[in-house]
Amino acid sequence: MSSAAADTKNTVAAIGEKYKYGFVTDIEMEKAPKGLSEDTVRFVSAKKGEPQWMLDWRLGAFRRWGEMKEPNWARVHYPKIDYQNAYYYAAPKNTPLKQSLDEVDPKLLETYKKLGIPLNEQMALAGVAVDAVFDSVSVATTFKDKLNEVGVIFCPISEAIRDYPDLVKQYLGTVVPVTDNFFATLNAAVFTDGTFVYVPKGVRCPMELSTYFRINASETGQFERTLIIADEGSYVSYLEGCTAPKRDENQLHAAVVELVALEGAEIKYSTVQNWYPGDENGLGGIYNFVTKRGDCRGDRSKISWTQVETGSAITWKYPSCILRGDGSVGEFYSIAIANHYQQADTGTKMIHLGKNTRSRIISKGISAGKAQNTYRGQVSVYGKAEDARNFTQCDSLLIGGDCGAHTVPYIESRNPTARIEHEATTSKIADDQLFYCLQRGLGQEEAVALIVNGFCKEVLQQLPMEFAVEAQKLVGISLEGSVG
Amino acid sequence: MLEIKNLHVTVGGKEILKGLNLSIAAGQVHAIMGPNGSGKSTLSYILAGRAGYEITEGSITYNGEDLGAMPPEQRAAKGVFLAMQYPVEIPGVTTMMFLKSALNAQRRGRGEKELDAIGVLKTVRAKAATLNVSEDMLKRALNVGFSGGEKKRLEILQMSLFEPKLAILDETDSGLDIDALRLVAEGVNALRDPSRAMLVITHYQRLLDYIVPDRIHVLAKGRIVAEGGKELALELEAKGYDQIVKDAA
Repeated sequence: MSSAAADTKNTVAAIGEKYKYGFVTDIEMEKAPKGLSEDTVRFVSAKKGEPQWMLDWRLGAFRRWGEMKEPNWARVHYPKIDYQNAYYYAAPKNTPLKQSLDEVDPKLLETYKKLGIPLNEQMALAGVAVDAVFDSVSVATTFKDKLNEVGVIFCPISEAIRDYPDLVKQYLGTVVPVTDNFFATLNAAVFTDGTFVYVPKGVRCPMELSTYFRINASETGQFERTLIIADEGSYVSYLEGCTAPKRDENQLHAAVVELVALEGAEIKYSTVQNWYPGDENGLGGIYNFVTKRGDCRGDRSKISWTQVETGSAITWKYPSCILRGDGSVGEFYSIAIANHYQQADTGTKMIHLGKNTRSRIISKGISAGKAQNTYRGQVSVYGKAEDARNFTQCDSLLIGGDCGAHTVPYIESRNPTARIEHEATTSKIADDQLFYCLQRGLGQEEAVALIVNGFCKEVLQQLPMEFAVEAQKLVGISLEGSVG
Repeated sequence: MLEIKNLHVTVGGKEILKGLNLSIAAGQVHAIMGPNGSGKSTLSYILAGRAGYEITEGSITYNGEDLGAMPPEQRAAKGVFLAMQYPVEIPGVTTMMFLKSALNAQRRGRGEKELDAIGVLKTVRAKAATLNVSEDMLKRALNVGFSGGEKKRLEILQMSLFEPKLAILDETDSGLDIDALRLVAEGVNALRDPSRAMLVITHYQRLLDYIVPDRIHVLAKGRIVAEGGKELALELEAKGYDQIVKDAA
């Protein structure tokens, strides 16, 4: 390689090595016995100090799961998962049910610092509260007290089950039913931790809320469960980030996220997903099989999903909106990047039930290497949804000749007043674009990152400012080695 | 500064340049004229290092270095600039963002310190004003929806910003009306400098009314077939390429 090309590569590398989150934290762990049975479910529930109703709910889910089949309609291929050959609970030893920030094991604080998420409130990003989930347990939650002052509940879901059982009972499983799908049902049985948010009536949450999910233990699945409720007229913006160590094995991450927006409420949910994607030969990486759904339950409510999906060996994920309330609005902004042997099958569902409901879908798929990237989206307008409107724009960008981009839209309308628009484009990074950039001094990878960031701009703009810059860099890093 | 010797270049297996010789000293402006298909654009691309253009024989020496062996971004950092005939569009990337990234990439390539956003903004604004490049153009996506004249003015703005040592202008006059042509030519003339060499590639004599070259070379069938001072352009205009090429043979 020439020195200029090498310089550029170093510059890009300086932003972050290929996968800079691939380290392992050496900490003593406590695990459930390997495998999955009723005993595993009881073990998890007991570890969390859960009431009987919660255990019953889990056991019910586990029995149903035994009768279900793994879905196979997605455009992804992987060897059969042996559900008995994994751990379903792993937590740092001696993690109490509740601990304050200064009681947290310094090794864990160090880990999050290394990930760029300082948990010390003085050092933290101004205006961002963090719930840190490490394998199966939340290890720290910042700014809880400050949020409490305005009535916002922001805590690990296992804590909410103990401390706010009425709220949890009222909403858990009402957006994603226990038997929704194979992975969601599995999650209902063995979910370990995740975040619970309740924003009371009329409150605009004063901080960005976020959860940082970290898989650390080997041969362990992570089953997060997140529940966010925005009461009437409230607003909350929430962001999640995820990383995992580099390993040759595939690890399962099967999450369920439920959002409920009551009358006039707005939830903005952003994801920067950077699970370990596997190496350039497709060895290792996370299987990210996730069910995310929001219910615009009240009139004039709004739910907006923004996702930047750069990691995982396989992504199977369709953050959706049920537009139940009249005049409610659903949005989905997505960037999905698949490089090397990654497979992504992702998109959304917009279910229009109420009158004058509106939805907007902007999807940007980028494929490089030998990756396959599928957009799968459903827009349904039901009989009573007078004057429903949808706009979908679905753009694919190909880098190199060995990758694939696929668009699978399902559109169904049972109301003649509905207006549904679907636009789709597929393009390649043109040789003349690349040459133009090189001629002006940009290196190959810098040029690709610039062009791709331009391609994704509409979506990147949707991210909270604190994270937009990180996401832009991530886009560049994920495509390293995709050209030349 | 630039020394091209017996240059043979193939594109997709077809030989386009067939033993081209050319030398330009610092401070000089040379023009390449020639009919369509003579290899003018191939010459500009091989100097800039476009992929797919292969040197099969001969050499290009730039300030004593083998230019052909350098990747394109290194040539840019070392001061080679090509104002393109068809500047490309990059959706979603603002012109200002592109200028900043390119300028700093070149500075990095030379081991110089990068400029911060404000430093770049100031420099760009000052230069933009003289070329009638509006603030609005700087905010829009690079070349997206720009008129032909706007695209060419932006090329000249980049040339002025990057301060190249060797500037190649490939058919910069194509698609310009007379006012735009004058503005672009003024921009080019303002950059004439004892330390800078320029190579102006054009099909028509018209541009050379505004950018007066020190020397003119006529390119036909991959070779320089005639050379002369600025009066050669007028002769070409009067006789046409066919006659000159025939006379030279």
